[in-house]
Amino acid sequence: MMAINVEEKLFQNRYKVDHGRPHIQIKNADVCKNDCQAQSCTYVCPASCYKAEGNRAVTLITDGCLECGSCRVICSEHANVAWEYPRGGHGILFKFG
Amino acid sequence: MAQEKFDAIVVGAGPSGNTAAYTLAKAGLKVLQIERGEYPGSKNVQGAILYADALERVIPDFRDDAPLERHVIEQRVWVLDDNSFVGTHYRSDDYNKPPYNRYTIIRAQFDKWFSSKVREAGALLICETTVEELLMDGQRCIGVRCDRQGGEVYADVVILADGVNSTLARKAGFHGELDAGNVALAVKEILFMPEEVIQARFNIKEEEGVVIELMGTVTEGMVGTGFLYTNKDSLTIGVGCMLGDFKNNPKRSTPYGLLEKLKKHPSIAPLIEGGEMKEYAAHLIPEGGFHAVPQVYGDGWMIVGDSGGFVNAVHREGSNLAMTTGRLAAETVIAAKAAGQPLSARTLRAYKQALDASFVMKDLHKYRDMPQVLHTSPQFFTTYPQLVTGAAKKMFTVDGVDKKTKEREIFGSFRAARRISGLVGDAFKLWRAFR
Repeated sequence: MMAINVEEKLFQNRYKVDHGRPHIQIKNADVCKNDCQAQSCTYVCPASCYKAEGNRAVTLITDGCLECGSCRVICSEHANVAWEYPRGGHGILFKFG
Repeated sequence: MAQEKFDAIVVGAGPSGNTAAYTLAKAGLKVLQIERGEYPGSKNVQGAILYADALERVIPDFRDDAPLERHVIEQRVWVLDDNSFVGTHYRSDDYNKPPYNRYTIIRAQFDKWFSSKVREAGALLICETTVEELLMDGQRCIGVRCDRQGGEVYADVVILADGVNSTLARKAGFHGELDAGNVALAVKEILFMPEEVIQARFNIKEEEGVVIELMGTVTEGMVGTGFLYTNKDSLTIGVGCMLGDFKNNPKRSTPYGLLEKLKKHPSIAPLIEGGEMKEYAAHLIPEGGFHAVPQVYGDGWMIVGDSGGFVNAVHREGSNLAMTTGRLAAETVIAAKAAGQPLSARTLRAYKQALDASFVMKDLHKYRDMPQVLHTSPQFFTTYPQLVTGAAKKMFTVDGVDKKTKEREIFGSFRAARRISGLVGDAFKLWRAFR
């Protein structure tokens, strides 16, 4: 399959990023690195917020988050995602929805 | 947000929350509605089709000023393989006679309109405010805590219209985490193009609309469907699959990768060509059906809409169930207040009884086995689409082979793929789940 640049899609969206206060956090980075084989968040997240790094670490940047909740639901074995909605008025602001 | 007490707090301003708040405010109750978006609609995602009936029951004259895109006169169902489709189209001029039965809508605009009606009815709306948790007094919900200073607000009942993630009920321990096998993850884009182009491509006139539901190899064997809807001067195209299937897909495909594949399909690409993409969205859809509906009422709280899993996945209905559950919850509160009853679990049980007596639980019950059947039968989403398109190609290609031989080959292809027992079993499973 061709490489798809999701950033180009996210670029069309409107966001009010809550700088320095990510609404989703990986609870324990070691769990992703050592205990999670699948790292399915790195391909299921529709905004590609989770990246698989070369050293088996998973990093998370929530700026492009679409607030769907998938990452929290699929992390059922490890429950390693601390998931909240952004503070009021922040995050994705759909123009059309 | 001082120490003011409300009759009801409604969390969320989507279809269920707006219907609940509207109904309560119309009856003269003191209602506070809290929305985390910049304005109602700015956090909400839907295909989106509006079914008139559920809205008509609360706002009979909604057609006068609601922002509606096109009324739907034609429904297409396409079964795709990688480069062809077999489809059924149903188009009727009866759908062109007002009052129209269903419309395409753009949710950010529609929800904003609906919210204006809620405020006209007398509810107090606060936006840009996220409710962090419910305030409990033992088993009893007495209010909410918001992410504002002094953000504790009290009410006799809190109606949770906070969407599929159902964050507040989960935190309060009313129900557990969603199961990846019970929710679909859908992604979509909106593509703008001139009205005339849409009308020419879909063979429709001004204000007329077409919806196409898609299934087949585009979902790579995962249980899921796609859609293409006509708005006034835009198209909405999307694809969704069960979240558990995304997770377990050995190809580790991305949702946006599937969407790109769908957009490039030779039967789809000409319809969307030249469209200017202006937004990309993702959303979970609760598709667990009857068996996944949690406890939806308790002492001082009720759950409506997606937060309670009220979606009929088989018929692609959700917003009408959301509006209906919002209305029934509100009517339960209004009746209890009028009778001077406390809003305890005992009183609010009437909400569940009303749901059971309505199409909402009747339809979910009718299809109660469907999620299980579909989710364990991926052949319906890959093997059969390929068999059907293959059969059509064989029958419609004129190449000197006689039709009897073609028939034998087609039957042979079905038997080879599923065996006789599999074919019969699949038919039986579907019949049982649909009956």
